[in-house]
Amino acid sequence: MLDSITTPLSRRGLLGGAAAFSAVLLTGCGAESKPATTTAGQPRRGGRLRAAFAGGGVNETLDPHLANLFNEASRAKALFDKLADYGPDVSIQPRLAESWEPNADLTRWTIRLRQATFHDGKPVRAADVLYSYTRITDPAKAFRAKASLDMIDLRNSRAVDDRTVELALKRPFADFPNVLAAFGAYIVPEGATAFEKPIGSGPFTFGSWQPGRSLLLKRYDGYWDGAAYLDELEYLISNEESARVNALLAGQVDYAHDITPTTARTYERDNRITVTRMPNSTMQSFAMKVDRPPFDNRDLREAMFLLTDRQQLVDTVLAGSGQVGNDLFGKGYQHYAGDIAQRTRDLDRAKSLIDKAGARGLRITLDTAPVASGFVEAASVFTEQAGQAGLVIETRLGNKDTYWKDILTSGVLASYRSGAMPIETHISQRLLTGSTTNATRWARPDFDALYNKAISSNDDQARKQAYGDMQRQLHAEGGFLIWGFADFLVAARPQVGGISADAPANTLDWARFDKVWLG
Amino acid sequence: MSLPRYAAQRLLLGLGQVAGIATIVFVLTEVLPGDAAVVIAGDQPDPARIAAIRAQLDLDQPAVQRYLHWLGDLLHGDLGVSLVSQQPITERLAASAGATLLLAVLTLSLLVPLAVTVGMLAARREGGLLDRTLSTVAVALYAVPEFALAVLLIAVFGVQLGWLPPTAFGTDLISRPAVLVLPLLVLLARPICTISRLTRAGMLEALNSEYVRHAARLGIGGPRLWLGHALPNALAPVVQQLARTTDWLLGGVIVVEAVFVIPGLGTALVDAVATRDVPTIQALCVLIAVITVTVNLGADLIAFRLAPRTGAAR
Repeated sequence: MLDSITTPLSRRGLLGGAAAFSAVLLTGCGAESKPATTTAGQPRRGGRLRAAFAGGGVNETLDPHLANLFNEASRAKALFDKLADYGPDVSIQPRLAESWEPNADLTRWTIRLRQATFHDGKPVRAADVLYSYTRITDPAKAFRAKASLDMIDLRNSRAVDDRTVELALKRPFADFPNVLAAFGAYIVPEGATAFEKPIGSGPFTFGSWQPGRSLLLKRYDGYWDGAAYLDELEYLISNEESARVNALLAGQVDYAHDITPTTARTYERDNRITVTRMPNSTMQSFAMKVDRPPFDNRDLREAMFLLTDRQQLVDTVLAGSGQVGNDLFGKGYQHYAGDIAQRTRDLDRAKSLIDKAGARGLRITLDTAPVASGFVEAASVFTEQAGQAGLVIETRLGNKDTYWKDILTSGVLASYRSGAMPIETHISQRLLTGSTTNATRWARPDFDALYNKAISSNDDQARKQAYGDMQRQLHAEGGFLIWGFADFLVAARPQVGGISADAPANTLDWARFDKVWLG
Repeated sequence: MSLPRYAAQRLLLGLGQVAGIATIVFVLTEVLPGDAAVVIAGDQPDPARIAAIRAQLDLDQPAVQRYLHWLGDLLHGDLGVSLVSQQPITERLAASAGATLLLAVLTLSLLVPLAVTVGMLAARREGGLLDRTLSTVAVALYAVPEFALAVLLIAVFGVQLGWLPPTAFGTDLISRPAVLVLPLLVLLARPICTISRLTRAGMLEALNSEYVRHAARLGIGGPRLWLGHALPNALAPVVQQLARTTDWLLGGVIVVEAVFVIPGLGTALVDAVATRDVPTIQALCVLIAVITVTVNLGADLIAFRLAPRTGAAR
């Protein structure tokens, strides 16, 4: 599933338990990162690509501002555009915005729009941007991008001319382009309220729709970023991973989104299927609450970092489809502190720290729930690792419906994960004193000050420095024990070309079809 | 008791049952742990966001008020608006109901003649070779759960041999009937066993009964004795079981829908529960309750008509 700005509802297949179970049993050699072998050849135009996704059933919506699930996110980017989007390193790429320029104190941003048209031929104008953002931030509604866009002072924003919009912010913000790329911040035509037959500015136009079954889109020849290769794109829905894979094997679909590592391994040498791995897609972690015993003790947190056998977790829980983490979010993303040495297991030091904290034999409850694949498995592997260092972890299985809210305030240790987002967004949503989804209860005035310095400075070097300092602090004594990053896996027929292999889930090139062709 | 009188009595009972179920459904969805707003907020449980969702869904209104409102709409045939799509539920569920209905009708139209014929064949010579063979096969087949059979059939005929499409992905069920073959096989497997066994037992009982013997003594023989005299009585318990099967089929057989990608009522219910789309859950429960009551009412009336004296009418 997507996570956070980016994690939609968890939907596991009906028969998915068995696959997850065998993934744990198949402790393995680690996935080789061999490039996907396709027979697609050079890009060529034409054809209909049938893409199988999990979906929301008959009550699904095409309203891009309500996009939540994978297929909704993918369809939103096929039909609509944002002003900006995430590149492969989750830095911000201009999309409908051609350029942006802040004023001196970073409180007013002038955005120049690209020459683009909606599917009905009308140009994309500044008024459309203002309308879209007003709709998303409607106080009576709960659109996903609202939390990000709320920093825009829309009453003091204005359309300078049709292709220039000036956005006023409620506070200085150097990373404002992150907001333009926020999940769900799509530009819809002014006045649009119904999305049964959506009109956007994206690479595909609406064709026909049977909710819960299929959505047929057609190429939009007037697309500003170059017309798509495909004539038609059809989204088909099944929440059963095995059905998506079976349909792919039998040639009923050309592309199957979101497959399990077990499936990827099973068909590794099968020439009917090409698997594409998108690394650094999902952060896998345990969240320790630093404001209460026992994890208010810094030595104990460090012991937890040191007792973790990250490679074992990646090999078992992720069946090798992933990489180890260094207790920092956003591996490989812009501003990631890659200069901090990778932490490795040191049981002796972990034990001595546990003794120092007086925690030998301590019973700690780990909250988990089957809300995301691998959560329960990771908890059980971790329990064993902690046992070797003298801690007794007791797993408590929570209610999966309310899990994310429950772990925000209660408990001391919880399974946690997140999809891709800029490191700045991760920090502002989860690690500041005033963050609304602060699961580790990390609240440090000096850390907040560093963040404020980073976002209110025009000086790239100073900002880089501040992001580095924040990450050093989190690495040394933060509450997130980030043990790995899962690959996102998709499978396609070998004739399908142009599937990006370096786009983490939720970035622009992930689940994107205008650059894909049928060979 | 006369048939109309019996029908009226059963109809009233059915109405009462539906009303009772509607109330129970509402109460149960009220007491589900975690309110809908929290579930919808998912891993973005910002308190302000949860409050906004709650207000948007009218969840801040008292339960009694929402119940009365809902019941009033229900009486007008209005199933309400989905929390997820914000669209009327009736429209969206029509397609799901269509897929489920198609599967059910096809299954039943194959099931009844097949199972009754098999049952009668088995009853021809009790304990004979054919009877024993059919019994063995029926018991063995009955022991295989739907999902196991489905996975096996897909692996062999869909993926390995490639004879039949493994799923109904994106295909119109009527224009490409090949996609229906495997699902129908799975749906038929167990009901054929039960119905044929019941037919066999009923036939044997009827054939040994006094009135059939009497008819035989009167010189009525062969097909007329079997079809005209023994079968109607034998079918009374079969009709009751058929009602159960029909009910099961019309509720949407979720396993079959999931593995073969046929989005029917079962899928709709699972999706609604997963997204905590309370109005849709309620609508589906009421719909399925109405189906159950109607099907059983029909079955009781048929059984009454077939064998008024055998006590099937209760």
